[in-house]
Amino acid sequence: MEKKIYLDNAATTKTRPAVVEAMLPYFTESFGNPSSVYELATQNKKAIDEARGIIAEALGAEISDIYFTAGGTESDNWALKATAEAYASKGNHIITSKIEHHAVLHSCEYLEKHGIEVSYIDVDENGIIKLEELKKAIRPTTILISVMFANNEIGTIQPIKEIGEIAKANQILFHTDAVQAFGQLAINVSELNIDMLSASGHKLNGPKGIGFLYIRKGLKLRSFIHGGAQERHRRAGTENVPGIVGFGKAVEIAMETMEERQKKEVELRDKLLKRVLKEVPYVRLNGHRTKRLPNNANFSFQFIEGESLLIMLDMQNICASSGSACTSGSLDPSHVLLAIGLPHEIAHGSLRLTLCEDNTEEEMDYVVDRIKEIVEKLRSMSPLYEDFVKSNRK
Amino acid sequence: MYSEKVMEHFSNPRNVGEIENASGVGTVGNAKCGDIMRIYLDINNGGIIQDVKFKTFGCGAAVATSSMATELVKGKNVKEALQVTNKAVMEALDGLPAVKVHCSLLAEEAIHAALWDYATKNNIVIEGLDKPKSDISEGEAEEIY
Ligand SMILES: Cc1ncc(COP(=O)(O)O)c(C=O)c1O
Repeated sequence: MEKKIYLDNAATTKTRPAVVEAMLPYFTESFGNPSSVYELATQNKKAIDEARGIIAEALGAEISDIYFTAGGTESDNWALKATAEAYASKGNHIITSKIEHHAVLHSCEYLEKHGIEVSYIDVDENGIIKLEELKKAIRPTTILISVMFANNEIGTIQPIKEIGEIAKANQILFHTDAVQAFGQLAINVSELNIDMLSASGHKLNGPKGIGFLYIRKGLKLRSFIHGGAQERHRRAGTENVPGIVGFGKAVEIAMETMEERQKKEVELRDKLLKRVLKEVPYVRLNGHRTKRLPNNANFSFQFIEGESLLIMLDMQNICASSGSACTSGSLDPSHVLLAIGLPHEIAHGSLRLTLCEDNTEEEMDYVVDRIKEIVEKLRSMSPLYEDFVKSNRK
Repeated sequence: MYSEKVMEHFSNPRNVGEIENASGVGTVGNAKCGDIMRIYLDINNGGIIQDVKFKTFGCGAAVATSSMATELVKGKNVKEALQVTNKAVMEALDGLPAVKVHCSLLAEEAIHAALWDYATKNNIVIEGLDKPKSDISEGEAEEIY
């Protein structure tokens, strides 16, 4: 295939043309600083609040509880660090999971160096947090539970409702990183007892560098970025007007098309899963079979290494990702794959394919056919496979 | 990320395979770190490496460095093969990204391990060849802050 087949939508998505179109006037004609008094500027204030309204509605939240940030990473940093600071008099203990995004985990590690105690709760073999362990971890000093809505690598959806209930019953704040879930799954912050929620524009066909943190009214969180009076004094800096407008448009479209997209993506994804699991030997599916994001497939192919697999897929115009050490930029494979109990060598051979609604059945067939060839080629070069075959012969 | 040479060797690796009853076989690295290289040498009575094959589990750089290392030792005598350093392998590949330099070290080590196996089997001493480490330790992980 000449055309690129993009199967890395968990990394980022293509900005929708309708989103770009909505953004464009805010670079050129309507460029005013929303804090200024003249009409050229105040119309931008309105545009920001329109986007805020769309997002609040999508979450069942109050419009004034949505605070724009520069992305999911900032939202996570803000939620964790500002909670630790604001509730220091209540306690210094945070509960999170072992499979959070680094935006949460590294913030926790930072806080640990500043007197905060953090419990990292285990997940089961499907990547679902162990609720009993979570309950046992609660202390009188626990101020926050932060558990992601859905995992970015293996797609597993967490029991958010149950966690929200546990948090509420124990009067502990609950933050969820919904960067992967927002726009893919229906979320209602009131029903789910969510106190804070992080999301990001570029994961749902919006622009990069824009996100928000939902902060339930009444929380004591202060500013994380200090400066001007923007975002009701809670997040300084001239607003990214085109980004906010684009984010709003992307959310509007995502909410309108959610059910349709879910159905289509699940169909395509399940076709992919079925063929790979049936036709490739020594492969496993990572993550829960059904409690997973509609567009996520994550496999481990035994005896081969993920980066080699990615390069060969790229040569066939297929864009994907892996949790191998070589692709994680460290020496260890993905912490998520290790947390679900995979041995290192199996974790190194992982492949994540994340679809979008534009993918086709034909593409899925092409991808599976290429995967089969590439896995076979890499195994023919693998000393681990050689040892395995020889030990089977004996 | 990779040079054209690396990509070329990765796409068309030279000397992939096994040698039955090889004069020497060396396996280095470990699956935990994500790289394992195995080198087979066929060395004739004159001490010349007549044939060499490899198998590698690892990233693009690991495959390319194995391929290049086999090219560099093929036809050489044992002493010359010992001179094939990780630097030589890297230069021949027009360089490697900094995070992949350990792959070239692994390739050098794999050759040494195969030569060591050959020396041990034949009860000979190869000057300048020390017992290879079975693992290449990769140093401490970097601090994040
Ligand atoms: C679960 C999760 N949290 C946070 C982030 C970071 O979001 P951003 O890229 O907007 O900073 C990502 C994106 O990779 C993510 O998948």
